[in-house]
Amino acid sequence: MAVPTLEVRNLRTHFFTRAGVVKAVDDVSFTVGRGKVLGLVGESGSGKSVTGFSIIGLVDPPGRVVGGQILFQGRDLARISEEEMRDLRGNRIAMIFQDPMMTLNPVLRVDTQMIETVLAHKKVSKEEARQRARDALGMVGIPSPDERLKSYPHQFSGGMRQRVAIAIALLHEPDLIVADEPTTALDVTIQGQILAEVQKLAATTGTSLIWITHDLSVVAGLADDIAVMYAGRIVEKGDVSDVLDTPLHPYTSGLIGSVPSRNRRGEPLRQIPGMTPSLLNLVPGCAFRSRCPRAAGACLAEPEIRELIPGREVRCFHPMNEAPEQAA
Amino acid sequence: MSDALTAPRATLDAGAPMVELRGISRRFEKKLDFAGKIARRLGAPVREEIVHAVDNVDLTIRKGEVVGLVGESGCGKSTLGRMVAGILPPSDGTILRDGIDVLRLSSAEAREINLRTQMIFQDPYASLNPRMRVSDIIGEAPLVHGLVTRAGYDAYVDEQMRRAGLDPGFKRRYPHQFSGGQRQRIGIARALAVKPDFIVCDEAVAALDVSIQAQILNLFMRLRTELDLTYLFISHDLGVVEHLSDRVVIMYLGRVVEEAPSETAFARPNHPYTQSLLASVPRIEGRKRAFSVVMGEIPSPLNPPPGCHFHPRCPHAMERCKTEKPELKEVAPGQRSACHLNDGAW
Repeated sequence: MAVPTLEVRNLRTHFFTRAGVVKAVDDVSFTVGRGKVLGLVGESGSGKSVTGFSIIGLVDPPGRVVGGQILFQGRDLARISEEEMRDLRGNRIAMIFQDPMMTLNPVLRVDTQMIETVLAHKKVSKEEARQRARDALGMVGIPSPDERLKSYPHQFSGGMRQRVAIAIALLHEPDLIVADEPTTALDVTIQGQILAEVQKLAATTGTSLIWITHDLSVVAGLADDIAVMYAGRIVEKGDVSDVLDTPLHPYTSGLIGSVPSRNRRGEPLRQIPGMTPSLLNLVPGCAFRSRCPRAAGACLAEPEIRELIPGREVRCFHPMNEAPEQAA
Repeated sequence: MSDALTAPRATLDAGAPMVELRGISRRFEKKLDFAGKIARRLGAPVREEIVHAVDNVDLTIRKGEVVGLVGESGCGKSTLGRMVAGILPPSDGTILRDGIDVLRLSSAEAREINLRTQMIFQDPYASLNPRMRVSDIIGEAPLVHGLVTRAGYDAYVDEQMRRAGLDPGFKRRYPHQFSGGQRQRIGIARALAVKPDFIVCDEAVAALDVSIQAQILNLFMRLRTELDLTYLFISHDLGVVEHLSDRVVIMYLGRVVEEAPSETAFARPNHPYTQSLLASVPRIEGRKRAFSVVMGEIPSPLNPPPGCHFHPRCPHAMERCKTEKPELKEVAPGQRSACHLNDGAW
């Protein structure tokens, strides 16, 4: 494995709004190897979705990628033309959205949409394209794909629609899929089915996956690596088990602690005080400072992300494996 | 702190029934339009479409108890919650509140008794009037119902806000000036302002971020002890329900399939649906594992399968399950389950 599928270096995506510059993604770096699953975790407004949109080149004005590199198999996506990007998007890189109706056109039959997607990137006959679409539907566990191809999106249930959206993402056997909260709106039994399918696919096809979610429990079962975002920055990343077992950043530790199953029944949940800061007027220094139990004078400065233990990076002056500094 | 929280559990058994549902059903009908009526006159096989959102449910909630109501979308849990809260009249059945048949009361009496049950909704963005100031959202109902005088109004609103963890200095603001978690606190303050003793929470934390969710859940638990509240906690999130509830009720397609104390329901689920539901929940402790899979999807409530509603997805389904509806029967102390499998063993 010489060149990783995706290497993001110091990515910055800013939104130039009337009220000021919103640094939605600020100095984000990570790597996804071939066939690996990266869980990108964070709360609303942490910049996790914008990171995903930046990779696939779908950031709308007033947003803009203002710095950094997005190396996809060695090619910098931040520097290529829109035409080259269109050639890759839907072909080598695909995206799955939380709402499958963002992918599907409600007035076209599923076969029309899927065949169109195939023909957009491959010179094959319509019959071959249909065959490919049918195979993809079968792969994501849709029963009687021949009949279902002739249906309209509204004739599918929510879970089935998401499967169709995943099938469309799989049509060209992409090297990378960016999935933005694809199971959040689904019931648990349906979520379980889709996670099982996705897991199987990643293992068999060698497709790399970025799974964006707020749900640590989903990532725990699915991902190889995890990156935790807070206020536009990655605050911690590493192997899934390591991070969830021994979190180094106080924010990660707080997030894990507030999951109900990590607490004794009936006792108060461990909670993170306060709320996520507005990205519009971030104070200098560590963004988590005001909510952090370990914050001290040093946190007024900006912490850099550093490799604390081999394979574990954290952006904190007082990581959890060190004794807390006495508050000055 | 933990003593205060565990205290009501000990007295649980002594709690008198606060709300009793007997044979509650709710049907939603889609009436035929003009063309449909003519078509039927002419002999076309068209019928009114009827959804049995809630089908013959019995449920007792005792004083001081937290009952978790769990199920997937379309199982009727919200409809049931709305009937308990008195917002939606049932099609059939009786609702007893402290032993009084609510549905037979005059409207004035019903209003008084309904005031003691309040509801907290999922979407704090949609359940607050965007054109009202927070002080009016919280204070209007107590004023109308004569719980507070004009003179004591300001102090009363301040007290309600402080109790829900809001700064009373913000009371002249509008809902859009608050974050999601704070808005949910406004919803809680509004519900508690009329001094209810029973709260129905319909997915009250589902729209919140994890760290905010923990804050609101802690607030619920604190208020429970402070104000001696009883909760019906409706949620699809089993982790939240497990943490909060004394007793869990699991619904599937309009029917209760299992009912048990929380420890029992999560440690020894009896009904195959409960078992598969629990197996589907991703756990933070689980690592790189194969996700277990329940086959199939929830059937349409318009045309539910006959017999046991779960039989098309059930790994243990027998011939009998396809025709005969299983009754809720006690399988262990306090645990009731509606499954034919239990008849062999018990």
